[in-house]
Amino acid sequence: MSTPEQTAVGTAPVTEEAAATALPVLEIRDFSISFATESGNVKAVRNVDLSLAPGEIVGLAGESGSGKSTLALGACRLLRPPAVITGGSVVYRGRRVAPGGVEILELTPHELRALRWREIAIVFQSAMNALNPVLRVEAQLGDVIDAHLDLRREEKRERLDSLLDMVGIPRARLRSYPHELSGGMRQRIMIAMALATNPEVVIMDEPTTALDVVVQREILAEVAELQKELKFAVLFITHDLSLLLEIADRIAMLYGGQMVETGTAEQIHHGTAHPYTRGLLNSFPSVRGPRRQLAGIPGSPPDPRDMPPGCPFGPRCRFARPECSTVDMQLLPAEVDEPQHLTACPFVKVGETEPAPAAATASHGEVL
Amino acid sequence: MPFLVRRLGFYVVAAWAAVTVNFFIPRAMPGNAVDTMMAKFPNLQAQARRALQAEFGVGHQGSLLHQYWVYLGNLVHLNLGTSVSLYPDKVTSVLASTVPWTLALVGTATIISFALGTLLGILAAWRRGGWLDQSLPAFTFLQATPYFFLALVVIQFFAVDLHAFPISGGYSLGLQPGWNWSFIGSAIDHALLPALTIIATSMAGWMLQMRNVTITTIGEDYVLAAQAKGLSSRRVIFTYAARNAILPNIAGFALAIGFVVAGALVMEIVFSYPGVGFTLYNAVQANDYPLTQGIFLVISFAVLFACMIADLVYVLADPRTRTRQAY
Amino acid sequence: MPLKAKIGGAIFGLFILIAIIGPALAPYDPSATTGQTQALAPNVHHLLGTTSTGQDVLSQLLVGLRSTVVLGLMTGVIATVLAVLVGVTAGFLGGVADEGLSLVANVFLVLPALPLLIVVLGYLRTGSLLPVAIVLSVLGWAWGARVIRAQTLTLRNRDYVLAARETGERTWRIIAFEILPNEVSLIAASFVSTVLYAVLTSVALAFIGLASFSGWSLGTMLYWATGQEAVQLGAWWWYVPPGLSVALLGMSLVLLNFGLDEIGNPRLRDGGRRKIKGARWRASDPTPVIRGLL
Repeated sequence: MSTPEQTAVGTAPVTEEAAATALPVLEIRDFSISFATESGNVKAVRNVDLSLAPGEIVGLAGESGSGKSTLALGACRLLRPPAVITGGSVVYRGRRVAPGGVEILELTPHELRALRWREIAIVFQSAMNALNPVLRVEAQLGDVIDAHLDLRREEKRERLDSLLDMVGIPRARLRSYPHELSGGMRQRIMIAMALATNPEVVIMDEPTTALDVVVQREILAEVAELQKELKFAVLFITHDLSLLLEIADRIAMLYGGQMVETGTAEQIHHGTAHPYTRGLLNSFPSVRGPRRQLAGIPGSPPDPRDMPPGCPFGPRCRFARPECSTVDMQLLPAEVDEPQHLTACPFVKVGETEPAPAAATASHGEVL
Repeated sequence: MPFLVRRLGFYVVAAWAAVTVNFFIPRAMPGNAVDTMMAKFPNLQAQARRALQAEFGVGHQGSLLHQYWVYLGNLVHLNLGTSVSLYPDKVTSVLASTVPWTLALVGTATIISFALGTLLGILAAWRRGGWLDQSLPAFTFLQATPYFFLALVVIQFFAVDLHAFPISGGYSLGLQPGWNWSFIGSAIDHALLPALTIIATSMAGWMLQMRNVTITTIGEDYVLAAQAKGLSSRRVIFTYAARNAILPNIAGFALAIGFVVAGALVMEIVFSYPGVGFTLYNAVQANDYPLTQGIFLVISFAVLFACMIADLVYVLADPRTRTRQAY
Repeated sequence: MPLKAKIGGAIFGLFILIAIIGPALAPYDPSATTGQTQALAPNVHHLLGTTSTGQDVLSQLLVGLRSTVVLGLMTGVIATVLAVLVGVTAGFLGGVADEGLSLVANVFLVLPALPLLIVVLGYLRTGSLLPVAIVLSVLGWAWGARVIRAQTLTLRNRDYVLAARETGERTWRIIAFEILPNEVSLIAASFVSTVLYAVLTSVALAFIGLASFSGWSLGTMLYWATGQEAVQLGAWWWYVPPGLSVALLGMSLVLLNFGLDEIGNPRLRDGGRRKIKGARWRASDPTPVIRGLL
């Protein structure tokens, strides 16, 4: 197994220019989601911009409750009431749809059903909960093939077999029920299921969080292989930023339902702009490199019902100043000549040193 | 399949318990069972008296254990004794003529209410806020209404006021039971009101149960995954949501059987419907111990049998039971 | 507390109130007959009319409610205590004790209650409520015990219970302070269900004549009404009030139960609030897009 630093996968499109000029396969603009609860409307996601180029791996990082899953599920309109999409646009530009793309927020339920999975598939976090306990694997893989592809029986059989081969599971397991499989197998089945109809975008919602580290590595390596071969774009949602630094092409940081920084993995790692990203990076050690004191981020994530005005990270930020409560959270370039690196904090420069902490001692390994 | 084996063992124990309780009923009652019976029916001959004494352990019939053994032996030979109030009919023949009526009425009514109730429950859970959900209070009221009260109201309205249906009985007087159309037609005519009353009240219970479980199931990840897969609504509702939601209901069927039987018994009494319940009632009033015991035994075994079927269906429906022990 | 529970609780509270003060409010002695031979419709002297022997229906109702409610509550208490004892013991101890107790509970569960009640009460005519309550409890505790056992099994393996055991806390203390407080809503629901079962069953038994006739109860009212052919005579005021009372009492208990269910399972709440800006939404519909919603 290669060491973390060596697994530099995720070089997706053929050339850098192609990546820069090709239209995004999934483009989320100014997207907002609220929950219409009994105690009023709660804004879970505010004015988020996020785009995915064909074949690109984009990581979406943030704490629990930051709205990452809400954002991804909302973009597919899979959220249930009382969730409401209150603004923005989600355009999908796959090869199979009409040129110019389709606006997901304006599709009819029928069109949406045709688009789902065929074009945008999802790998859920907990495979045990996401698989129907009373159906065999072949039924669950099969029904999505039946819903979207028009295959004859033999072709469908072949496809099912090849899907299992693809993720390295014995074909006999098609006849198994979910509870008869191990955790790693179930997750692989989920991945096979996601790829069953050759989607162009695969959203992975914390796909390996529930697994132990060894299995985690194996599965991620397999996903990387598959991605290189089939060239689908990946939106990888996780709270584990260190993971993203290895596998993602670009990373987007979400905090309090708002986008605070986006950039390539390289830019985020070495040219960290936003104080939140900095705080996260300071929270885990690297395998190599000098020993240093872990800082963590003091405080706790904001309650969406009671958001501070302006920048949601203000209360916990070391660089905070009075102007933070009136900032408009627009993403602006963080460095010169790096158009892909954007940050929502107009005050902190890349590489700026942190002010000394006001409290007596730094909090060790503050869990995020 | 250790699960089924354990359940079978349980049913054996339950059957034994039913048989034993049955054995003790007349012996636990105050007074001398035989004397009570003889007092009610002075025409019984001396032979009958001796037979009854033997059956109920009065006089010097040997130890309790010996009597129990004799009793079990009789059961195995399907000898349930002779009815006192319907002398000289044997208990088994009385049962043979009454059980089919109850089966027809209760069996059909239960199947219909279960099917209807479950279906409506699924719909109510799927379309929350729809008219089904709005009429929940009405269904709650129906579920809480005692069967017989509804029966009284129904009789008043349909039978007495509107003369649309017969008030009581299993079939019109003067008709001979047999497989001819006029008899069957009359039987159905007489069974409609009782059946409708049973269906109306028990359907509400099934519906509310199913609705609650389905709502919880819809919140599960695999239903969301099914929607994300772009499957048709029908498949999501039935193959993913309902198929899982119905499992606790099948498991709860065993408990519900008790209520169904109870309701049906009372219904028969209200409508004087010639089934097992009505006969039991008359037997108890007449202190006819042999018949009472026989009917109680039959009812117990029927309930056990229905529970067994429900268990079997559950094992077939939930693949997790085939590997795990826990129920 | 959810709306359903409030409404159910209010109605049930009303019934308890009537049970307490009812007999004092009764205008007549419920058993007092006049010379008449016909049932009289509701009038100024008899707000709910009379029976065919001149007894005042309203008085019978007020007195009868008490015994029905009291019997229900008695059975509820006895059966719930039994259910908690058996359920917690079985769930907590596990092993052979659990197997044995579960077997006993399941056997009781499966034996048909009403036929057995008909038989037992048919031969055992008794005047007071307590024996009836006991018999009803013996046949009705099993369901609650099963549910409580299942919950105890789950709780037993929770971290805080394991921690308590590790620190050597005594068993009875663990049960009393760690487990029982988390089962309160379950025990409440079981109590309510048992009261419902007791009320419906006792009314049913009285209706078919297998109850004591020394006092009045809703069931005996219905018994006399049907015996005297109230339905055929069209004397609705005789059987509708008791029947309706039972239905309302039952409904209040069912509502209470639903409310308790909703407390434990939040997904069941606000069934009607699936309307956003007037449009009804189903679970299968895509997330609605309502621009400009603040």
